[in-house]
Parts: sequence; C-alpha cells; structure tokens
Amino acid sequence: MDLEFEKTIIDIESKIAELQKLSAENKLDLSVQIRELKKRAQAYKERVYDGLTAWQRLQVARHPQRPVLQDFISMMFSGFVELHGDRGIADDRALIGGFATLGDYRVVLVGHNKGKTAEENAERNFGMAKPEGYRKALRLFKLAEKWNLPIITFIDTAGAYPGLEAEERGQAEAIAHNLTEMARIQVPIVTLVSGEGGSGGAIGIGVGDVVLMLTNAVYSVISPEGCASILWRDAEHAPEAAEALKITAKSLLEMGVIDEIVTEPAGGAHRDPTQTAEEVRKALQKHLAVLCAKSVPVLLEERFRKYSGMGRFDS
Amino acid sequence: MPWFSRSKDKMPAEKKEDIWVRCSACNAHVYKEEWFANLSVCPKCGYHGRLTCDQRLELLLDPGSFTELNASICPNDPLNFVDGKGRYAEKISATIEETGLRESVKTGYGKINAMPVAVAVMDFRFFGGSLGSGTGEKILRAANYAYDFDLPYIIVSASGGARMQEGMYSLMQMAKTCAGIARLNEKKLPYISVLTDPTAGGVSASYAMMGDVNMSEPGALIAFAGRRVIEQTIKQKLPKNFQTAEYLLEHGFLDLIVLRHEMKDRIHQILTYYRAGRTFRN
Repeated sequence: MDLEFEKTIIDIESKIAELQKLSAENKLDLSVQIRELKKRAQAYKERVYDGLTAWQRLQVARHPQRPVLQDFISMMFSGFVELHGDRGIADDRALIGGFATLGDYRVVLVGHNKGKTAEENAERNFGMAKPEGYRKALRLFKLAEKWNLPIITFIDTAGAYPGLEAEERGQAEAIAHNLTEMARIQVPIVTLVSGEGGSGGAIGIGVGDVVLMLTNAVYSVISPEGCASILWRDAEHAPEAAEALKITAKSLLEMGVIDEIVTEPAGGAHRDPTQTAEEVRKALQKHLAVLCAKSVPVLLEERFRKYSGMGRFDS
Repeated sequence: MPWFSRSKDKMPAEKKEDIWVRCSACNAHVYKEEWFANLSVCPKCGYHGRLTCDQRLELLLDPGSFTELNASICPNDPLNFVDGKGRYAEKISATIEETGLRESVKTGYGKINAMPVAVAVMDFRFFGGSLGSGTGEKILRAANYAYDFDLPYIIVSASGGARMQEGMYSLMQMAKTCAGIARLNEKKLPYISVLTDPTAGGVSASYAMMGDVNMSEPGALIAFAGRRVIEQTIKQKLPKNFQTAEYLLEHGFLDLIVLRHEMKDRIHQILTYYRAGRTFRN
C-alpha cells in the first residue's frame, strides 16, 4: 500500500535503487550522486513525517508493512516460548503470549498478534481478540506474578472483536476483569503501543506502570471512523474526528496519558523495522531496570496513583 | 465503545404528555400518577422505564439518609473538542442547565434498611451517562470512601459507554475506576453492581461487570459492542433477546434479575450475608 504523502519518498527511493543498479551493472562510480539523493530522501522523510496529521499517522499505524508483534519477537526477543489457551474455551490467535528473554530480562510477553498477509490475518483475526484472548492474557499475567517475572505488553489492535460469540462469552467482563487485576498485579508491567491502540481492546492489556508509544502509533477511545459516524453522522469526517480525539503519541504525551515516545526512524517503522526494534529494546530495558528495582508496595502505590490521576475536570 | 450518545432521545421510556405516560414497550397509556407510583414500571407489561439518579437514590436508600460527596465536580472540555454540531464546552453548559446535574453520576453515602453504604448512581440524561473524567473521578472517590470507612459499595450504572468528547481521558477512566474496585477487593469489602438500562461499552467493560454480585432489572440492555456494529461485522441477524439482562443471565454474566420494587430489600438481604461473614468467628 502506498500512502499519498509518501509518493515523493517512494520516488526518491526508487531513483536511488535505480542508480545503485546502474552503478553495479555498469561498474560506474555513482556514490556521490547516491549519497546526495539519500541525504535528500532523509531530509524529505523527516519533513514529511514531522508534519503528519493525526489521520495520516493513523494510516502509518495501520500500514500493512508496519512491524507486528511477530517481527518484534524475532528481532528483539530470544527464547520465546509461546503459551496457549485460556483454559476454558480456546486459544485465541489474535492475542498471544509466553515467556521471552530481552537482554538480561526474563519476562512474560503478551500482545496483539496482527498479521501481514491475508492468510495470517484470517488466522489471527486481524489482531482483534475475543474474550478468550483477554482471559489468556490474564492467565499469563497471573503466571508472571506467581513466578515473579516482569510483564511486557504490546498493543496493536483495531479493537476487541465485536461479534456474537464475543458478546455471548462476555467481552465486557473479560476486559473489565483484566483492568481490575492489572491494577494490583505484583510485578512490573511495561506497555508499548506499537501500532493501533483501539479502545477497550487495547487497554484490556494496557494498564502498565509505564506506557510507551512509538512515534506513529495511535491510541484512541473510539476509531475516528466510528466517532465521525456518531458525532458528525458521517464517517467521511473521520480525518476531523482523528484530529479532535487527540490520538497521536505527541498529543497523548502532552496530556499525560502516556509516559514516553519511542522514536521511529524517519519515514516510519515500516521503512526500517530493525532500527525501530532497536529503539524499542533500549526503551523497554531502561524502564524494566527502573521498575524492577522498586518494592512491590511502592510499585502498586505508584500504579494506583498514576491511574487515579488520569482525567481532567473542574471541581 | 460509545455507540449511542444521541442527545435527543435521552429519556425515550416515557413520552411525557400532560397526564398520561405512554409506555415505550407496549404503547399502553398509563396515568402519570400511576406510572410514577409504580416506580416507572409499566403496570400493563412490566417494562422497567429509565430512572433519574435522584429517583434511583430515593428507591434504594432510607429516606433522608443520603449525603452527597464531590457534588461540584463537572466536565471541563480538556480536549477543546469540536464536532459537526459544535463545541463540547457549550454542550456541557447546556446539559448542566437542562438536567440540573453536573456529571453523569451522583455519589455519596447513605443507608439501606439502616445499613451504611457508599453509593454511585449514574444518570443517562447527562451525555448518555457516558464515562467522563469527572464520572470516573467521582466513582473512584466513592470507592476510596468505602475503602477508608469499611463500607459496602453499590454502583448503579446507566451508560452508553465512553465519552468520546474527552478522548483518551475517557478510556483511562476504565482503568482508574477498576483500580478503585481492585483495592476494595484487597480489603474484602463488598461491591454490588446494578446494571440498569442501558449499560454498555466502556462502562460494561469496567466497573459495571466487576461486582461481587451483578444484578439487573428485567429487559435492561447490557452490551459491550453495539448491535449495529456487530451486525455489520458478522453480517448476520442477531437473536431477538440479544444483549438483554435475560440473555446475560443465561450466559453467566449476571447473578440475578430483580424487579425494581424489590431491589432495595434484595440488596439489603445480600449485604446481611456479608455482615454475617464479618462476625461469625467472633
């Protein structure tokens, strides 16, 4: 998928590729020209990406080539042991988890499992979990607590799946239960919104001691399309709704909803997944080090205070 | 997900005419006096109409026992939100004017058959009972009050879900209120959740579902996602009783459905078990 605002970037990139091919085939030294073009591409990418609107960032967050959980697992973690099932109904492929190692840290990793291909997304339901997914997540959180391992969660979902069976099996109850339990889990929780943070389906694994967001990730109480169709009575107004809802990492940092932005390379995570993963790894390790040094009572008191302080009102 | 927050049909249950009330379920015309004497339950078909928070408090608590807490809290439009129909800030003023309420929930403490409790009662007239920052704040503070004074906590929900106009602050109220409930659990204090018509979206997916005992009234709508959203997603018709209290009872998410005029005594009866458990070894 090509994004409208990326056209020029893609043009420059293909020109660079052409020159590289030309230089290789004809044994020409075009390194000066290539370097010059790369510099231009970089400056252009930075300019374009600095100025993205909320709606444009949402397109980046949903980009089919954006790194998904499985990419992060293979790029950053070692020794991943996936643990399956909620011990009740099923193993939800839309939300997965297990043991994983990040540098010196052994952790329990839980995250939405978006796919990149049609087959993957069919199997993983586009990362939209059902109650059994949230219940599996909770089972893993409790396991982490029992074994005294810190928890890392990756958020990347359009939302909890809105289906008949999901309602029947208690989507609301499953999310509510996670929120309540996560408030008091006695191990550190670090959350990263890596792509789309879709409402209840996102926060259902998102009650972190520290909540991080990638530069082009979004986090919203409702999809801008959904909001527009209710408040504007027309989904066409989604770009305005995206702006009004303040869904970007930058806005949410200013609002105090998230704690830190993990910087994506210019041009977005889909241009350079390796560099993105490296930044994520550094941020996660830094916060794990701080959180793991805290006593359990301090950790829980600070978590309670953090969430108690959410919101703005008059009194 | 806040899938209905249309401001026009705030109280569709009773179409108010001069001396008649038309039941929105069976269309029967009932004398207003009879309707309200019957606690807004249709005497013909048993439909439980929506109540204001004051009507609900009157129904649940001993006369004169209610003391309101944090009454001054009100929304302040933290996002400077403007939609197709105007500014949230202006709608806040208009809604306060129209309802006499300052948020979508009233909180405080009182007595149920002489038993002290902390309470939070939502009101659907205020932005569809949606979960604003102030709503979450009041619900958390009432939970903290219950925590500090060792009181049972009762929340009566009536809400379309999150308040979109407050963006992510609204979503965060789900985590915030549940953190309050979690502390009550830790202290083994009872929490009874009454899910009334309607309880949906972010409210059903947070404190409303977390009662030690979850109860509802006949026919109440209780949902996570909206019916239309689900129909569009799965492209099939949904069962007729889908997302009613009866449907949730059948699927294991409610403990009981209680008739309105029995609600107070039933809550009291349940709390006597809590009280018994607190004292039986002493």
